[in-house]
Amino acid sequence: MAKQFNVALIGNPNTGKTSVFNRLTGLNQQVGNYPGITVEKKQGICRLERGVKAHVLDLPGTYSLNASSLDENVVIELLLNKNDKDFPDVAVVVSDIENLKRNLLLFTQIKDLGIPTILVINMADRMKRKAITLDIKALEKSLETKIALISSRENEGFEELKDLIANYKNLSVTPCLNASSIAPEYFDRLRKTFPNQDLYKLWLVITQDVNFGKLDRNELKGVASFKTESISNLKRLQQKETIKRYQFINQVLKQTLIVDKASAKDFRSVLDRVLMHKFWGYVIFLGVLLLIFQAIFDWSSYPMDFIDSTFASLGEWAKNTLPAGDFTNLIAEGIIPGLGGIIIFIPQIAFLFFFISILEESGYMSRVVFLMDRVMRRFGLSGKSVVPLIAGTACAIPAIMATRNIENWKERLITILVTPFTTCSARLPVYLIIIALVIPEQRVLGIFSLQALTLMFMYLLGFGAAIISAWMLDKVLQIRSKTFFVIEMPNYKLPLFKNVGITVVEKTKSFVLGAGKIILAISIILWVLASYGPGDFNNAQAIIQQQNLETPISQNELETEIAAFKLEHSYIGHAGKFIEPAVKPLGYDWKIGIALISSFAAREVFVGTLATIYSVGNDDVETIKNRMAAETNVKTGKPLFNFASGVSLLLFYAFAMQCMSTLAVVKRETNSWKWPMWQLIIMTAIAYITALGAYQWFK
Amino acid sequence: MATIASLKQGQRGIIKEFSVDTVPLKLLEMGCLPGNEVALVQTAPFQDPMYLTVNGSHLAVRKETAAQIQIEIITEQTGSLERN
Repeated sequence: MAKQFNVALIGNPNTGKTSVFNRLTGLNQQVGNYPGITVEKKQGICRLERGVKAHVLDLPGTYSLNASSLDENVVIELLLNKNDKDFPDVAVVVSDIENLKRNLLLFTQIKDLGIPTILVINMADRMKRKAITLDIKALEKSLETKIALISSRENEGFEELKDLIANYKNLSVTPCLNASSIAPEYFDRLRKTFPNQDLYKLWLVITQDVNFGKLDRNELKGVASFKTESISNLKRLQQKETIKRYQFINQVLKQTLIVDKASAKDFRSVLDRVLMHKFWGYVIFLGVLLLIFQAIFDWSSYPMDFIDSTFASLGEWAKNTLPAGDFTNLIAEGIIPGLGGIIIFIPQIAFLFFFISILEESGYMSRVVFLMDRVMRRFGLSGKSVVPLIAGTACAIPAIMATRNIENWKERLITILVTPFTTCSARLPVYLIIIALVIPEQRVLGIFSLQALTLMFMYLLGFGAAIISAWMLDKVLQIRSKTFFVIEMPNYKLPLFKNVGITVVEKTKSFVLGAGKIILAISIILWVLASYGPGDFNNAQAIIQQQNLETPISQNELETEIAAFKLEHSYIGHAGKFIEPAVKPLGYDWKIGIALISSFAAREVFVGTLATIYSVGNDDVETIKNRMAAETNVKTGKPLFNFASGVSLLLFYAFAMQCMSTLAVVKRETNSWKWPMWQLIIMTAIAYITALGAYQWFK
Repeated sequence: MATIASLKQGQRGIIKEFSVDTVPLKLLEMGCLPGNEVALVQTAPFQDPMYLTVNGSHLAVRKETAAQIQIEIITEQTGSLERN
């Protein structure tokens, strides 16, 4: 079997690069991160003929090799570093037929690096409808490359593409543009200073300083010191390079590409007129948001109820079938409720990523950015902040990473800082369970359920908090940065089921494995801390019997009292009692206090924590909700979760920064501990104060 | 001098020049090059941002950026160039 070789998929955004990747690798792919940065790294294996395997890397979308963001920088860093283990033996540039001219800009840059390059022209199924004819043979000749005409929608042309990949050694590596022609005198000097280097590579390394300062230039040491040109002059040269490349491309396409504009049916302009209408555009957007929320709140409640009750009976079954002892208790009271606390999120996360990926795949998301830009700018945000704020309803972590395409640093920073206010899916179970406990099951005006309205209000509260704090940050932060805002308006596409499916599976899997590990670990730790204790804990039986010597009580009551005493004197009981003074004014007891503290690891731990604490020493295995409803305030004898304490808890979770992973991502994206620390302090202070105010008011 | 920001919906113009210091390279890469035709497709409320087609690309820019790019507006009736 031949040695495995590297293929890099490169292309402009919106060319269907990911579909090509999915078709080539099938489900044979893995998603990770580039070391040290949060850029997603997607790689997979493509099986070619005669048992040959190719390692395929799906690089982030970029318009050129002049990187202006962290994602784009990954592409150029890899292509300039021959020693990287992923350095491509062959580059596959994915383009789409309608934007071929623009796509070829990137193609010529990559070919000029001396890497064998195949050109893929996607969406061939659109050629007829758009009345486009292309002379493939002539284009192959002028670009000195091989072209694969494919349609990822119809699954056509992939066998040919695989053949081209397998025979990459036959590809020509002649450059499209003679680098020296950009500025002959300047490049002459470069050649004299570094006689053994590839000129175009040198040029890229030098100019990356203009756009982005982070290129690893170990390979070409000393080049950065070649600063005989001012930055503005280098920019002018970059502009010249772009113009020269377009001249070349226009000349090539003039002879090969014919677009019959008259007969082209333009579906796009009709949709644009409706979806981007100055009034109806906003109405439609609001409708889309409502549909998404309806799915998350309402439709996913059925599988969630099922999961909740399944895990409750599973715990009961474990307790009854396994031999009694500590190990069984750990499984039935620690691990099973802990696992349930993870699995229960799956329906919502899946729904959310389902909708987000449909919005992005269809091209609608760019229209939303366009519609919202002006509005968002009032609050110091960008139209592009809408995507993170919507994605934030799934999870703040991918949302904060999605801020990368915001060009203006101040707008980007504000977006990062306020995104954690949006109601992420981890808050949802907390809201759901508390609303179910304290908000009556009534209907308003006969149709709307009061509970659903409360939930909707919590989401609006999150968005409101994000917008208002953005507005305040805009006033407070003294950052001057150049604004520019460019966004492509891609053509509308029917989302490919396969792409949407893979996104949903990948995101859900990474949630379950990533957050799941934390939740499970915390559940086990909590169970241990609740099941053991110092001093009096171990004499619980004797002490309780002593107390009840004079008025004998039934065996059942005695056991309950022993269990309660044990929990109160366990390690967790001591810890909870310690913090109780701080949470008492908010209407919480020490058990909720523990759940609150453990929530700082991740919010979704709340329900699992209460489930674990309440199930320890409680033989009737029931659903989490029923257990919480049964809890009473020791002093008043009334339910612990009443309207006042419930509202207080809702507000606390709405505002508090309780997610270590988010803080870590903010640190990485802002490159400083300053911003996540401010986030933690200010958000938690707002949470405490509003929760305190609400409890004291409603008490 | 006319700029992209002075285009009315449906109007077209030819890009003349702009300064590299105020217009990002990305716009050039997306096809906003001197000599190319640009058309205003649509605007959001308050004429900002602006949705353009240029060189076969569909893109949106803010009004402040659009005001940095000088153009000659093409009048529809005659198809000849007219200086504004």
